[in-house]
Amino acid sequence: MNIASFAPLAVVLPILGAALTFLLIRHSRAQRAVSIGLLSLTLLLECLLLAHVWTAGTAAVTIGGWLPPWGIVMVVDQFSSLMLVVSSAVSLAVLVYATGQGMADGDHDAPVSIFHPTYLILVAGVSNAFLSGDLFNLYVGFEILLTASYVLMTLGGTGPRIRAGVTYVVVSVVSSVLFLISIAMVYGATGTVNMADLAIKLGELDQGTKTLLHVMLLVAFGIKAAVFPLSFWLPDSYPTAPAPVTAVFAGLLTKVGVYAMVRTETLLFPGDSLNTPLMVAALLTMVVGILGALAQSDIKRLLSFTLVSHIGYMVFGLAMSSVAGLGAAVFYVAHHITIQTSLFLVTGLIERRGGSSSVDRLGGLAKLSPLLAILFFIPGMNLAGIPPFSGFLGKVGLMQAGVELGTPLAYALVIGGVLTSLLTLLAIARVWNRAFWRRPSDAEHPDPVLLAVPEEADRAEDAVQRAGSRTGIMLAARTGVQRLAGASPRAGASRPATLLPRTMVGSTLGLVALGVALTVFAGPLFGLSDRAAADMLDRSPYIQAVMGEDTVVPAVSTRGGGQ
Amino acid sequence: MSVNLTLLIVMGALYACGIYLILERSLTRVLLGLMLLANATNLLILATGGYAGLAPLYSKDIAAGDYNDPLPQALILTSIVISFAVTAFMLGIIYRTWVLARRDEIQDDVEDLRVAETPSFDAEDDAEIPAETSEFPLTMLGGNGRDISDHRPSGDGGSATATLVAGGREMLAEHAAAEEKPGSQNIAPGPEGGGK
Repeated sequence: MNIASFAPLAVVLPILGAALTFLLIRHSRAQRAVSIGLLSLTLLLECLLLAHVWTAGTAAVTIGGWLPPWGIVMVVDQFSSLMLVVSSAVSLAVLVYATGQGMADGDHDAPVSIFHPTYLILVAGVSNAFLSGDLFNLYVGFEILLTASYVLMTLGGTGPRIRAGVTYVVVSVVSSVLFLISIAMVYGATGTVNMADLAIKLGELDQGTKTLLHVMLLVAFGIKAAVFPLSFWLPDSYPTAPAPVTAVFAGLLTKVGVYAMVRTETLLFPGDSLNTPLMVAALLTMVVGILGALAQSDIKRLLSFTLVSHIGYMVFGLAMSSVAGLGAAVFYVAHHITIQTSLFLVTGLIERRGGSSSVDRLGGLAKLSPLLAILFFIPGMNLAGIPPFSGFLGKVGLMQAGVELGTPLAYALVIGGVLTSLLTLLAIARVWNRAFWRRPSDAEHPDPVLLAVPEEADRAEDAVQRAGSRTGIMLAARTGVQRLAGASPRAGASRPATLLPRTMVGSTLGLVALGVALTVFAGPLFGLSDRAAADMLDRSPYIQAVMGEDTVVPAVSTRGGGQ
Repeated sequence: MSVNLTLLIVMGALYACGIYLILERSLTRVLLGLMLLANATNLLILATGGYAGLAPLYSKDIAAGDYNDPLPQALILTSIVISFAVTAFMLGIIYRTWVLARRDEIQDDVEDLRVAETPSFDAEDDAEIPAETSEFPLTMLGGNGRDISDHRPSGDGGSATATLVAGGREMLAEHAAAEEKPGSQNIAPGPEGGGK
C-alpha cells in the first residue's frame, strides 16, 4: 500500500466535488469553497504521486482488484504524473480566476452556479484521460471532459457562443466516433483494449493492419490535438467562450490529445513507421498556424492560432522518437500548458480593462496598468521563446534533437521551428505595440473605459497604490460604462464594477509565476522529462508495471528513416 | 472470426447516410447524421464480438468458446449512454439556435468573414510614414494645428500617403515630419536651411 494506490482519487475527488457543488447550487460561497478546496486537495495528491513516481518508478492500480488485461487499470508514470500536476495547478489557477470574475460581476446574469460542477467534471475527465491504462477508459475520459467542455463552451447560451458551440460539438463528436471505431477495430484485431496488453499484441499483427489502426488512432487524436489539416475548428470555437473557459481549454484539452498521441506513438505503435508524415504535419501545423495568427486583430483569436502553431513543436518532438526529442516534447507540453493559459487569462484582464480584445481598439495599457503589461509581457516573450525563458529552453531542446537526427526533413523542421518562433515574436510584438504602447486616443473606436478620464483614473490608481495595494482599480460609476469580460453588456450600468479584481489578477500572477518557475527549475524538469521519455521509449517499465514483472517485452522494429 | 453479413450491410448504410447528413448545413440533419454514425459504430463494435453465443454466465459444462463475448456489449452500452447525452445536448443547442436566430442552420463566423475581407494593407503597419516620427507634436508647425493629426480614424480606406494641412498649404506628412525635426541627422536641410 503506497501513495500510488490513491491515484484513482485524482478522478474521484473532482467528481465528488462536482456532486457537492451541485447540491450547493444556491450557496455560491460554499460552492466556491468546496470546489477550490477539493481541487487543491487533488493537486496535493498529484504532487505526492509525482514525488513517488520520481523515486519508485511506474506504478499501476487495478480498479476493484480485477487483474489486467481484463480489469480497468490506472497507470501512473513520470509523464502522466507530470501532466496531472501541471494540469491541476493550471485548472486551480483558472478556477480562482473564474471565481474572482464571478464575485466581481455578480452571479445573476449567467448561469454561473452551473460553472463549478461542470468545471470539476472537466478536471476529472482530464485526470482520467491522463491516468487511464486502457484504451476504452481513455475514450470515456475524453467523453467526460468533452461533454463538460460542451457545456462550458456554450455557457450563457448567447448567439455567438451557440454558433461556436455547434462547430465545436460536431467536430468533437466526429473525432470521438473515429476514436470509437478505432477501438472497435483494435479490439477486433487483438481481442483486448488494455494498453499494456495491446503493446505486446499489436506487434504481432501484419504491417497493413497495424498501419491502418495506427493512422485511425492518430487522426482521431489529431483532431483533438488540433494538428494542421485537422485544426480548423479550434480558432473558430475557442475565442467566443468566457475568458477562463477559453484559458483552460487552450491549456488542457489540446494537450490531452497530444498526450494520447504520445502514448499511441510510444506504447502502442513504437518504431518509426509514420514518423515522416508526422513530421510533415508538424511543420505545416507550425507554419500555417502562425501565419493565421498574423492575420488576426483579436487577441483571443491570435492566441488560438498560436496555440495551433505550437502544437506543431510537440508533434515534432514526438515524431523524432529519440529520447532527446521526446524529452523536449514532454518539457514543451508542460511549459505550453502554463504559458498559453496565462496568456488567455491576461487577455481576459485586458478585455476588462480596455473594454475590448481587439488590438485595433486598445491602447495605452502599459501606462494605464503597468502590472497588466508585465503580466502580458512575461508569458508573451516566453511563448515567443526569448532566451532566458522556458519556451527558449524547450525549443533549444527540440532543435538539438532535430540536428542530432540529421535528416533533411529534420533540418527543415528545425528551420521551420525557428521561423515560427520569430513569427510568434512578431505577432506578440504587434499586440504589445498596439494594446500597450500607443496612446489610448490613437485606438480606433476605443471603448469608453479605456478613455475614461485618464488623470482621474491615474489619481485613483495612485490613491490605491498609496493605500498599499497595487492591483485593484476601483473606477466609480461616473464613466457610466462597465463591461463584463464575457459577452453580455451589463444591464443597469449604475453599479460600480471593479475593472481588475484582486482575485483575478492574483491568480494570473500565480500562473505567470509558475511559468517563471518552470524556467528557474528547468534543469530538474528537463531531467524528469528525459527520464520519462527514456521510460516511454523503452516501454518495459509501463508494460511490466501493468502485466507483471516477468512479462517479455517484444523488441521494437525500427526500419530506419521511415517510409 | 466469422461475421454477420446483414449487420455489416446495415452498418455500411448507416455510415453512408450519417456522413451524407453531417455534411448538411441544417443542424437537425447534422444531429441525425451524428446519431446514425454513433449507431453504426455500435454495430461495428458488436460485430467485433463474433457470432452470437450463449449468455456469459459461467457454468461448468459449457466450453469456453460457446459463450458470447460480453466485453463489446459493455462497450456498446457505454457508448449508447454517451451518445444519448450528446444528442440531448445537441437538441438543446438546436432549440437555442432556433430561439435566437429562427433558423436551423449553421451560421458563418462573423470574425472569420471580417478577417477574410480585411485588405492586406494595414494603415498603421504598412504606411510609408511611421505614424509618429517625433516626440514633438505636429502642432508646432503652426497654422491650422487642429487638423494636423496623423491619427485619423482609418475609415478613409487607408491611403498610402498621408497629407496634412500646415501653414496654410497641404503637404505630405513626410515633409512635415522632416521640417519638424530640423536638427535631425537623417534629414537633409531644405533650401531655406530647414527648420522653422
